[in-house]
Amino acid sequence: MVTRLMKKFYILIIFAFLYAPIFVLIVFSFNNSKSRGNWNGFTLKWYMELLRDRQILSALYYTVIIAIISSLIATIIGTMAAIGIHNMSKWKQSLIMNITYLPVLNPDIVTGISLMILFIFMKMQLGFFSMLLAHITFNIPYVILSVMPKLKQLNKHLYEAALDLGATPWYAFKRVIIPEIMPGIITGALLAFTLSLDDFVISFFTTGSGVSNLSITIYSMARRGINPEINALSSLMFISVLSLLIIINKRMSKDNSVKENA
Amino acid sequence: MKKIFKLLGFVVLIVSTAVIFTGCAGEKQITLKVYNWGDYIDESVIDSFEKEYNIKVIYDTFATNEDMYVKLKAGGDSYDVAFPSDYMIQRMIKEDMIQKIDMNNIPNYRYIDDRFKNLAYDPNNEYSVPYMWGTVGIIYNKTMVDDVVDSWDILWNEKYAKKILMMNSQRDSIGITLKKLGYSLNTKNINELEEAKNELIKQKPLVLAYVGDEVKDKMVAGEAAMAVVYSGDAVFMKRENPDLEYVIPKEGSNLWFDAMVIPKASQHKKEAELFINYMCDPEIAFKNADYIGYSTPHTEAKKMLDPDLINDKTAYPEDEDLDHCQVFEDLADSLKDYDRIWTEVKAN
Repeated sequence: MVTRLMKKFYILIIFAFLYAPIFVLIVFSFNNSKSRGNWNGFTLKWYMELLRDRQILSALYYTVIIAIISSLIATIIGTMAAIGIHNMSKWKQSLIMNITYLPVLNPDIVTGISLMILFIFMKMQLGFFSMLLAHITFNIPYVILSVMPKLKQLNKHLYEAALDLGATPWYAFKRVIIPEIMPGIITGALLAFTLSLDDFVISFFTTGSGVSNLSITIYSMARRGINPEINALSSLMFISVLSLLIIINKRMSKDNSVKENA
Repeated sequence: MKKIFKLLGFVVLIVSTAVIFTGCAGEKQITLKVYNWGDYIDESVIDSFEKEYNIKVIYDTFATNEDMYVKLKAGGDSYDVAFPSDYMIQRMIKEDMIQKIDMNNIPNYRYIDDRFKNLAYDPNNEYSVPYMWGTVGIIYNKTMVDDVVDSWDILWNEKYAKKILMMNSQRDSIGITLKKLGYSLNTKNINELEEAKNELIKQKPLVLAYVGDEVKDKMVAGEAAMAVVYSGDAVFMKRENPDLEYVIPKEGSNLWFDAMVIPKASQHKKEAELFINYMCDPEIAFKNADYIGYSTPHTEAKKMLDPDLINDKTAYPEDEDLDHCQVFEDLADSLKDYDRIWTEVKAN
């Protein structure tokens, strides 16, 4: 009995630590005062101002666009790379995998500065495209690393069996290999998406005038204090992610129960 | 699963075409790139400038002078107007990073208070037009402090142990200590700097924390008795908590400026000057001063402000309060001494 209570209490504490900051953030998005030291009454004005703030909105736009495009491209390149690496000879495979690990272990600041120097050296205009390229670059290794284990688990005779049964190599790849490694691909894509979404250091060095993501914009408010519009925006993002998760979970459990009934 | 991919593909297609089209729209229009501190402008001003002159403004923000310096120095970007502070302007002039402004194209320059012209960082006022200014001083909570606060010494008073907040910024914290000792806050004399270091180490046990922007919340909530702050933030804090009061200590303090400059790489000098002039338009300068709450160097805009604010010594101190105040100058090679001293203070 006591241990059960303790267990519950422990879980409660963990959730409190995880969610208390988010809860405070949401509460203060309704604070009438700009200060976090004072509660001056309920207001929705930060939400209204957020809709009018073109700087924050453009930052949100670029953050989401770059996260979507970069994770998509990185997933495609990374999956192809993983399949290629998987079919290499042993020593080549370990060589390439080590090279893949390097950017992951490399500090962000080194990646950021070296990319910036490369772009400037190539006389490339820093901006949307350079930031997108940078994001794709640092996303690819994560996709490879999450697809690789799935390929290792794959029964290599499956593909041969498909060919024996008359599938063309492309058809077998599309209908056998891809579905088998799909969980790995999705994990990689999600990882890439979140990494791109909140990256600051690399974005800071590789972006140019007119293109800035949310983390850069929020950081630039450091001197004057974080505008409560950011609280409002974060609350909205949190709510949308939460509802998305709930919808997906509902659908999944529905799918499962349908399967069980069948 | 297939559906999801189709949907995703569709989204990407729409989005990327949208990006390409917005990229091409308005090719003929001149774009002006402006680089300012975060949350340091009334954004409606940008819209009205765009409408009035048919110039598109790309507006970016930075958090510190050093961030801005790195971005401009790296050369990947070319901004047309930037808003550095005093000492950074001096450094950028020295490194040939900004160009002279043709003041004939800035007729509104005449509204700038003469007191803020020809200052040490730009002696002949050829490179910069002041945007905002302020001082550094002590904000204290009247309910927690019963001594007269008029000197930096109070920050060393043991009565207020663990109730003092200092700035987590080497230039400001070392600067006020030098002022307390009666030296220049631009000193390069190593003996004076060592003396300041010892003072700061002596003060350290009394300090509750070395803070940045969170000082505002802490003081408003009454978590500390006194703190070193910028005047602009003090105005805000006093409005939130009437028990707070702000003073510029009698030994003098730091007087700071953020000013508009045109970087060397700018290809639209004419339009940049147009923009600077527009920012000095009385109506526009008023809007910005009203939104930001910092002190404006603009005589006409100041008159339009809320009378309470104009009469507030925090934002607009008397001339004699500023007598001993100094503007930061570029430290050049001494910067590494400041770095070392601050590290030693923090590590002690």
